[in-house]
Amino acid sequence: MIYRETGDFKTSYADDQQIFPIAQDRFAFLALMAVAFLVVPFLIDDYWEKSILLPFLVYALAAIGLNILTGYCGQVSLGTGGFMAVGAYSAYKLMTAFPSLDMSLVVITSGLITAMVGMLFGLPSLRIKGFYLAVATLAAQFFLVWLFNKIPWFYNYSATGQITAPERFAFGVPVTGPATDPWATYLFCLAFVVLFGLIAKNLLRGRIGRSWMAIRDMDIAAEIIGVDPLKAKLSAFGVSSFYIGMAGALYFAVLFGAVEVGEAFGINASFEVMFMIIIGGLGSMMGSFLGAGFVVLLPILLKTVLVDGFDLGTAFAKYIEITAFGALIITFLIAEPHGLARLWAIVKERLRIWPFPH
Amino acid sequence: MKKTIAAFIAATALAGPASAELVFAGLDYRTGPYAPNGIPFADGYADYFTLLQERDGGIGGEPIRYLTCETAYNTEQGVECYESTKGEGVLVYQPLSTGITYQLIPKATQDKIPLHTMGYGRTSAANGAVFPYIFNYPGTYWDAASVIVKHMLDVEGGSLQGKKVALVYHNSAYGKEPIRTLESLAEKHGFELSLLPVDHPGQEQKATWLQVRRDRPDFVTMWGWGVMNQVAVQEAASIRFPMDRFIGVWWSASENDVIPAGDGADGYKAVTFHGVGDDFPIYDEIRRHVVDTGKAAGDGSNLGTVLYNRGLVAAMWAAEAARTAQEMHGVSAITPEMMRDGMEALDVDEARLAELGLPNFTVPVKVSCANHGGPGKGMIQQWSAADRKWSIITDFIDSDREVIDPLIEADSSAYASEAGITPRDCN
Repeated sequence: MIYRETGDFKTSYADDQQIFPIAQDRFAFLALMAVAFLVVPFLIDDYWEKSILLPFLVYALAAIGLNILTGYCGQVSLGTGGFMAVGAYSAYKLMTAFPSLDMSLVVITSGLITAMVGMLFGLPSLRIKGFYLAVATLAAQFFLVWLFNKIPWFYNYSATGQITAPERFAFGVPVTGPATDPWATYLFCLAFVVLFGLIAKNLLRGRIGRSWMAIRDMDIAAEIIGVDPLKAKLSAFGVSSFYIGMAGALYFAVLFGAVEVGEAFGINASFEVMFMIIIGGLGSMMGSFLGAGFVVLLPILLKTVLVDGFDLGTAFAKYIEITAFGALIITFLIAEPHGLARLWAIVKERLRIWPFPH
Repeated sequence: MKKTIAAFIAATALAGPASAELVFAGLDYRTGPYAPNGIPFADGYADYFTLLQERDGGIGGEPIRYLTCETAYNTEQGVECYESTKGEGVLVYQPLSTGITYQLIPKATQDKIPLHTMGYGRTSAANGAVFPYIFNYPGTYWDAASVIVKHMLDVEGGSLQGKKVALVYHNSAYGKEPIRTLESLAEKHGFELSLLPVDHPGQEQKATWLQVRRDRPDFVTMWGWGVMNQVAVQEAASIRFPMDRFIGVWWSASENDVIPAGDGADGYKAVTFHGVGDDFPIYDEIRRHVVDTGKAAGDGSNLGTVLYNRGLVAAMWAAEAARTAQEMHGVSAITPEMMRDGMEALDVDEARLAELGLPNFTVPVKVSCANHGGPGKGMIQQWSAADRKWSIITDFIDSDREVIDPLIEADSSAYASEAGITPRDCN
């Protein structure tokens, strides 16, 4: 009754094909964007910036990237952490080699470099599938982390192997380094997520996205109807790595300002992003955001509630947090194997016919 | 979105107004692969503040509020802890993690909150002209490396010419810190240095120790932490490496690191900057005021262990710095910036240590504007498996300033130019 499409007439193909065909969705999305761009920047403080919103945005971007590859094109990848590392180290090299380069260009260029590396490591996907491909990408993960640890050129010969982001600007406003304003880094990341989120959504609705899905659903059938597996798979690896690389660049330069490759981009990072898309929903843009939100925010929420709310010891709270997190993942996956995005879709379906289900 | 809102409500409802208390924070890790080392330190650090609160009612009449936050030795969670507690007016942070320290150096400097990275973190932060808010007294990794090499010289009768030294290190910023100094020392003393990295968390070291067995170095030194320490000591014992030629940094030197190897660990050495055991007057007071009243941070089983003592000494220096700051500024409710002044003017000599119930416990520390690294001395302690305890086998050994000082100068000035900092005038 409240959520419905009645009276929302489409008179052109363009209307019919828009991203949000239901008027209420459209308004809700625009309202969310208005709040995100016009209200949040005035309210945000350091804690919200560094601990909640930025991690959410950066991981959402990485989850979109992996979802393109795994959710839409069906190629399992465990190399996400390694590709994020490529993005981060590209950003570092670009920032230190070209100090006057605008940060937005640095992030996009880092994404492009990662796209090339991703396509290189995507080559085996032409011959191997499924679990075997997962193992091949796992090799990429370990190789890349080893590479950034081993070759001092990548970290400019610093004594500790850490890379530290110097102060750099985007459109004249500092977005990296210690002296940034929360609103600036937030808007910088938000702009990337919204812009490239929309681009991804449109890619997925178009010819390229459909060729990926055809490959995912049945590669031989796709080949027979004229989808070139080489092009489809490599473009999926390229686009996916482009997003993951940008996420890695933002993670290093804007969110943390200093990283250590083994800790930040280890195998755990790969698993974390994979959990995000599995919990959020494979093959769904909404799922990327929901999954990132779940994985990034739930531990913080649990910690806040358990330690500050119930005054439990920090170690005890941590163990409860780990247990609860695992239990929630299992519960969600049993309740809905297609992830949070599917739950969201079911809620919407129900709401459309509510309160007259017949 | 709903979760965000709930978190927001929870966070705002609980953030009370700032009150006139001295706030200290423990960024602990009682979980994860580094917990065996994180727990005793966290206990010691917290118990000392509890003692001051229970016995003296705080510092200089001002009550102490002690916050804890679990980092799991993870950088992301450490930064979250820092961001979520800094609004409470925390006077000084002691993250006990080199990775988190590297994250916090620019942030804390920007927020004007001092950071005490006691014997860890960025070594060149010892240069107070470039790092006004960062302190790493009483010594740095480079001091530790130099003290270890000096001890090797003693063992070898004054020359390391042509000897082989292997460094087994945690493959992270922490483990890589001493490499630069060891390279310089290798050049100076003519020994050959080989580097053997161990990846986080360090449970798998078979290949590393196979290489040690093949190369047969004269000495092995280790920069390990957490589970890595235990595994390394066990592996060294299993290849029958002579344990008295295996010397760890002060973070690879706790009971938890050697007990799992049993008798095999007998003779293992490590550098340290404070006494061992619980034979100090302060322990009577801790037992009376903290443990017996049930206010201890842990279960009380860690009292007198190496890392408990280290937490104690860290808290002692923090409390003394707060006291110094109170005297300097004439107010009891100090701010983090006043705390910084107190840390920079810190002077804890032997007489003061005896007053505090810690006679001959640690090296006298005098901090200055230019030197945030303290005296940089270390002793060597050795493990006796039969008695299950550490004993100190040397006096305080001075580090090799002629090697370290130029390295600190070079690294800190490189940082200053990279970060666009104009060093302060310390004269």
